[in-house]
Amino acid sequence: MKADPRNVLTGANYLDGNHASAEGAIAAGCKFFAGYPITPSTEIAERFARRIPLLGGVFIQMEDELASMNAILGASWGGLKSMTCTSGPGFSLMMENFGLGIMLETPTVLVNVQRGGPSTGLPTLPGQADMMQARWGSHGDYEVIALAPDSPQESFELTIHAFNLSEKYRMPVLVMTDECVGHMTEKVIIPPAEEIELVERKYTDKKPGEAWPYESTNGDIAPMLPVGKGYKFHVTGLTHDYRGYPVINAEAQKLKVKHLVDKINKNVDDIIWIEEKDTDDAEIVMLSYGISSRVMQPAIARARKEGIKVGQIKMVTVWPFAEKRIAELAGKVKSLIMVEMNYGQVFLEMDRIARGRCKTYLAGHAGGTVHKPEDIYQIIKEAAK
Amino acid sequence: MAVTEIRITGFGGQGVILCGYIIGKAASIFNDQHSTLTQSFGPEARGSACSAQVIISGERVLYPYVTAPDILIAMSKDGYLTHKDKIAEDCIIVYDKDLVKLEKHGPKVKTYGVPATRIAEELGRKIVLNIVMLGFFGAVSEILPREALRKAVETSVPSGTEGLNLKAFDKGFEYGLSLKKETVATA
Amino acid sequence: MSAKQVKDTAQEIKEHPMEGLLRMDRMPHIWCSTCGLGTTVTALATAINQLGLDTNKMAVVSGIGCTGRVAGYLKLDSFHTTHGRALPFALGLHISRPDMKVIVFSGDGDLISIGGNHFIHTARRNVDITVICVNNFIYAMTGGQVAPTTPVTAKSSTTPYGCYEHPFNLPRLAASSGATYVARWTALHIRRMTNSFKEAIAKPGFSFVEVIAPCSTLYARLNRLGTGLDLMKFYHDNSVIKHGIEPKDADIDFQSKIVVGKFIDIEKPTYIECLNDANKHVFGDKYKPYGGSDGSY
Repeated sequence: MKADPRNVLTGANYLDGNHASAEGAIAAGCKFFAGYPITPSTEIAERFARRIPLLGGVFIQMEDELASMNAILGASWGGLKSMTCTSGPGFSLMMENFGLGIMLETPTVLVNVQRGGPSTGLPTLPGQADMMQARWGSHGDYEVIALAPDSPQESFELTIHAFNLSEKYRMPVLVMTDECVGHMTEKVIIPPAEEIELVERKYTDKKPGEAWPYESTNGDIAPMLPVGKGYKFHVTGLTHDYRGYPVINAEAQKLKVKHLVDKINKNVDDIIWIEEKDTDDAEIVMLSYGISSRVMQPAIARARKEGIKVGQIKMVTVWPFAEKRIAELAGKVKSLIMVEMNYGQVFLEMDRIARGRCKTYLAGHAGGTVHKPEDIYQIIKEAAK
Repeated sequence: MAVTEIRITGFGGQGVILCGYIIGKAASIFNDQHSTLTQSFGPEARGSACSAQVIISGERVLYPYVTAPDILIAMSKDGYLTHKDKIAEDCIIVYDKDLVKLEKHGPKVKTYGVPATRIAEELGRKIVLNIVMLGFFGAVSEILPREALRKAVETSVPSGTEGLNLKAFDKGFEYGLSLKKETVATA
Repeated sequence: MSAKQVKDTAQEIKEHPMEGLLRMDRMPHIWCSTCGLGTTVTALATAINQLGLDTNKMAVVSGIGCTGRVAGYLKLDSFHTTHGRALPFALGLHISRPDMKVIVFSGDGDLISIGGNHFIHTARRNVDITVICVNNFIYAMTGGQVAPTTPVTAKSSTTPYGCYEHPFNLPRLAASSGATYVARWTALHIRRMTNSFKEAIAKPGFSFVEVIAPCSTLYARLNRLGTGLDLMKFYHDNSVIKHGIEPKDADIDFQSKIVVGKFIDIEKPTYIECLNDANKHVFGDKYKPYGGSDGSY
C-alpha cells in the first residue's frame, strides 16, 4: 500500500531530525501521538501536534511517559497507527510498558532522541548511551528492533521504516536517534506519496468465535484481532497461551518467550540493514551507527589516504545485531573498531562475536558532543599496528 | 568544493536561529549545495547569549559542528565576546555597529559593520534586525547568490511578513554593496 | 407446554444467566469465596444486559490485582494491562474508537496508588470512560499490604501495628479531579450498584463508581473482623444513603458508619467534544470532526 498524498510533504524541505521524524510518522499514516515534553525530543511532538488536526488524527500530551507509552498501545489496539517520542529519563519510564507492547505483540513506534546521562545528565547535548537499555531495558527476555538514523533525511525514512517493521512483526519498534541528529537541520527530500511503500496491519480473516489473538507460537506472525467487531478477545501482560488467556507455568513461558525471540531471530535476514563500504580487502573494519557513523568518515578518509585498508559498516539496524556478518569479518580482518558515543555498549556485542579471532577496539566517548575525527584516527593508527 | 563554516551569535529572541536557518536553506534548497545547521538549545536560546552554526559545502557535511568559523555574524556584544577568539585566521566578521564594539583581531581578519538596529528601526520593526544583518552578510561575504538568500527569506519568515522582511533584506544587502564599493575605492 | 418447549427451558436453566457476558471457558475464577468482586461483576453484567447495549462495541480494561482480573472474565474485548496503567491504555483505546464504551475495572491500589496520577488526569480531561473501582482497603493479591485507602488503625501486613496514614476519600478525589458522575455503594447494595453502573455507562465523560468490598480473606483476618460475609454485611448495615452529599463528607473511618449514594452527576463536555470544538473554532470548515479509527463516530 502507498502513502496517502494528503499526509506527505513532497519536495525539498529544510528540516531538523526531529521535524523530519514527525513528517515520517505522518507520511506513514500515524494518527495518534501521546507524548510528554522532554528535551531534546519535544519538537517531534510539537510538529505532530501542529500538523495532525487537519489530517484526521489526535495528539495528546499525557501526564507522564508511563501514560504515553500505554496510551499508544491502547490506540494501536483500537486500530490507529501510534507513536511516542522521548529522551533520557523518559525512556526509562517508558521501559515498563515497552515490555507490555512486546508481550501483547502490539505495533507502535517509540523514538528516543538520546541525550547524555545517567539521570538528568545533559538534556541539550547528544549521547548514544541508551543502546543497551534499548536492548534490555524492560524486564524479562525478548528481542527488539532498533534503528539509528544519521541525518534528518534518515530520520524521515527510518521513522516510516519503523512503522512498517512494527506492523510486519507486530511489535513496538525503536528509533534510536540522538540530540545531534534531532537538532541538526539539513535538506530532507520527501518523495511523492506513491513512492512511499507502507505495510498495512494484517487482521484475521476468521470469523468471531473462531479466531484467537496469538495463533502463532513459533515465531510466525499471527494476524491481529480488531476491536469492536465481536471477537471479544482477551489479551494480558501475564504469560498467556494462543487464546490470550493467562497460563502461569514453565511450559507456557517457554512457548511465549521462545516465540517473542524467534519472531526476530527467524527473520534477521529480512530485518537487518547494514551498509558496507570497502570491506572486501579491508584489514580494519569500522563499525558504527547514527551520528557516529558519519563523524568517523573524515578519520577513515585520512587513514585510507595513508594506505591503511579501512572498511566500514554503518548499522542502520543496531538491534538485531548483524552477528553473522560481523563473525565472518572477524575471521578475515586484523581489527574491528566500534565507534559509539558511550564507553562500550554495542562494542560488547561486537567483541563477543569476534571471540578473539581479531583485535577489537572501542572508539568511545562520554557524550556531550560528537567524537573528534582526530581521536578516531588515532585509534585506527593503533589498530593498524 | 570548499567548506564554509559560519557562526551567528546574538541574544535569544533576536532571531539568531532563523538567520542560520535561512542561510542554510539558501545553500541547500536554492543553491544546490549541502548545508548543516546546528544551534544552541535550552534556556540560553530563550534570553541570554545564543548561537547558530551553519556549515556549507559542495559535498555532504560529515562533521556537523563548526570548529573555527570562516564567517562570524555578531548581533550582540555578549555573543561577540564569547566567540571572537574561536575563529579562522582569515575570518570575515559581520557585526551590528550599534551593538558590538570591535576589539583587535589578526591581520587577515576582515570586519564589516552595519547599523542594523538603526536600519531595522527605520523600517518600523526592530524585530527585522536579523534579516538586515542577513542581507548585509550576503553582500559582503559573497558566498551565496542574492536570489537564493531572498528566496530563503521569503519561504522562512511568518506568512504576512514577507514584504517587510524582503525590504529589510534588501536594505542590508544594499548597505553591504555600498560599503564594499567604498572599501575597494579606498584600498 | 409442548415437549420441545420443556426441553428448551431445561437447556436455558443449564446456562448461567450471565453466560453471554462471562468467559465460561475461564471459570472457575481466582477470587475467594465471599469476596465482593463476584457480586460487583454480576451487577455490571446485569447493568450491561439491562442497558441493551451492543456488547461488540464495549471494551473492559484492567490493571493488576484481584480486581484487575475482571478483564479476563468478562466476555468483551478485554485488556489486562500493567499495574496502574489501565487508564492511559483505556484512554488510547477510547480515542481510537470513540464509538465504543470503554470500562476500566480495577482496584484501589491499582487505580489510586500506582495509577493515581493517571486517575486524576483522566478525570481532569473528562475522557468518556467509566471507572469501577473496587475498594478492598488493602493490597490483596500481594498478601495484604497497606493501601492508600486503608482506614486509620486498620492492620495490614506492612502496618502490623495499625495504619496511621490519612487515607484517600475516593469520591472526593474523583469529584475534585473533574469526574462528571461519582457514586459509592457497598458490594451488597446490588440493585443500587447496578443502577449506578447503568447511569455511569450511559453518562458521557469520566464516570466513577466506588464499590466497598473489604478483602474477605486478608483484611478480615488481619483485623479479626470475622468472615468476608460478616464484613460485607457490616458495611451494608452501617451505610447511610445520602445522595448529593458533598464528597468531602464521605471519609471512611475504621469500622464505622459510611456514606453511600450518588454524589455527583453533572454535565460537562468530554475530551473528544472539547477537541472537536476547539479545532472547529480554529480551523472552521477545514476541520473534519475527529472520528476514530473507522471514522464512524
